[in-house]
Amino acid sequence: MKKVINNPDNVVDELLQGMVYAHPNHVRRLEGFEVLVRKDSPIERKVALVSGGGSGHEPSHGGFVGTGMLDGAVAGAVFTSPTPDQVYEAVKAVAGPKGVLLIVKNYTGDIMNFEMAKEMAEADDIKVDYVVVNDDVAVENSTWTTGRRGIAGTVLVHKITGAMAETGAELDEVKRVAEKVINNVRSMGLALTPCIVPAAGKPNFTLAENEIEVGMGIHGEPGTHRETLRPADELVDHLLGKILADIDYTGSEVVVMINGLSSTPLMELYIVNKRVHEVLKEKGIKVYKSLVGEFMTSLEMAGFSITVLKLDDEMKKLFDAPADTPAFKSL
Amino acid sequence: MANKDKVYEVILAICRILEEKKLYLTQLDAAIGDGDHGLNMAKGFGAAKEKLDEKKFNTPSDIMKTVGMALISKVGGAAGPLYGTAFLNASKVIAAKEEIDSNDLVAMLETALDGVKFRGKAVVGEKTMVDAIEPAINALKKALEEGNSTKEAMDKAVQAAADGVAYTKTIIATKGRASYLGERSIGHEDPGAMSSYIILKTIAENL
Repeated sequence: MKKVINNPDNVVDELLQGMVYAHPNHVRRLEGFEVLVRKDSPIERKVALVSGGGSGHEPSHGGFVGTGMLDGAVAGAVFTSPTPDQVYEAVKAVAGPKGVLLIVKNYTGDIMNFEMAKEMAEADDIKVDYVVVNDDVAVENSTWTTGRRGIAGTVLVHKITGAMAETGAELDEVKRVAEKVINNVRSMGLALTPCIVPAAGKPNFTLAENEIEVGMGIHGEPGTHRETLRPADELVDHLLGKILADIDYTGSEVVVMINGLSSTPLMELYIVNKRVHEVLKEKGIKVYKSLVGEFMTSLEMAGFSITVLKLDDEMKKLFDAPADTPAFKSL
Repeated sequence: MANKDKVYEVILAICRILEEKKLYLTQLDAAIGDGDHGLNMAKGFGAAKEKLDEKKFNTPSDIMKTVGMALISKVGGAAGPLYGTAFLNASKVIAAKEEIDSNDLVAMLETALDGVKFRGKAVVGEKTMVDAIEPAINALKKALEEGNSTKEAMDKAVQAAADGVAYTKTIIATKGRASYLGERSIGHEDPGAMSSYIILKTIAENL
């Protein structure tokens, strides 16, 4: 294992401290907790948004704390959901009279820990509600499984819901918008190489030299199948085909996000983006905005995911609203 | 049947055995999950032991509550909330009692199971902890009704839990990370059912 770390036990603590030093105008750390909050928290006039999850997906979620997106982000151990007491501290630190909305990715552990935190906060008379993001279309048969996983589409939930919260809307309205984004966002990715959890010290799976795993999750969960690497356009056609088959995008305007998992160069992400645009154009789907970069990574994994969000007028307006966070700025 | 010293002794025995089985449970988990179950259980119970050694406890309930809180705040993932809720629920049902008997044991296990099912939204047959715990409680209750001693009844409960673990090997996971594997999860024992069996067995052996 080659990693630029000190003690594997300290990676989360050190990464959060590094983020605070890098972005002192956006975030501060809750003393003694693995939590980043907006520098100006709590903000009384708005519903506060809190997200979080295992670490190893930077800039998610701490990188999206700031104006127009999250009020707090809770960082669990690498690839492990944060504990309820950490989420509870984040909620207490950002909560104003309008309450708090938790944005949770659909994993068994995340849901249980965030639910417990919600119960703890409610015992303190804090208004809390939550939404669950499940954009990964690689998981089929969701009646028989834990359901689709939450991946890069979560960042678009942060963006649009965050803009809604900034308007001063009440908790149920902010939740309604979050659910609308969740209902209209779909993603799917693939992996070229595995990644190494620092504490484990070795890859969590192996792939042969020319082999890829299609539909792989952001923690290395199994995808739909393995196959031999093909040209970029064919990979895009497959992933995008799955996404477009899941909800009807006909005639709609969309936001496209090409998300690098970490070791795939921007050059390749732009090549992916080119093909995505060509296919969508062919199908009469209009791209309103494109995002290309790293939003929800998976340690040093190589690969990418495609996210397509079907817009309506309300989401469009909120997507364009200003945001100022370490990893996402929209002026 | 058991006062606070006995309960403390049983918890220590659970800590020891989970430390011993750390790699074994982690290997089971690596096959169908994310490969950290043994590490997390050992970490959680290690933290519980530290908390227990910090001060004196007055009742079995206090001890169970301290273990539950430590598991919830130190483990994360799915195992922390599930086992944490189980211990917290068990602590509530014996609140203020200085000595617990076999009826209390049944009540503790039942409310622990309710907590696990509520938190994890799981029922029998989904390849989870529930597949070990629920049959164990049923066997325990039946054996007590038939006039067996607590010790004998617990031995039967442990056997039922072992059968439950074996059963998880034959079914598809529909909860937790293993569920992403679908049919590929068949042929593997559920690590959570296994850790539940280990804990029940340790309780039985130390009563």
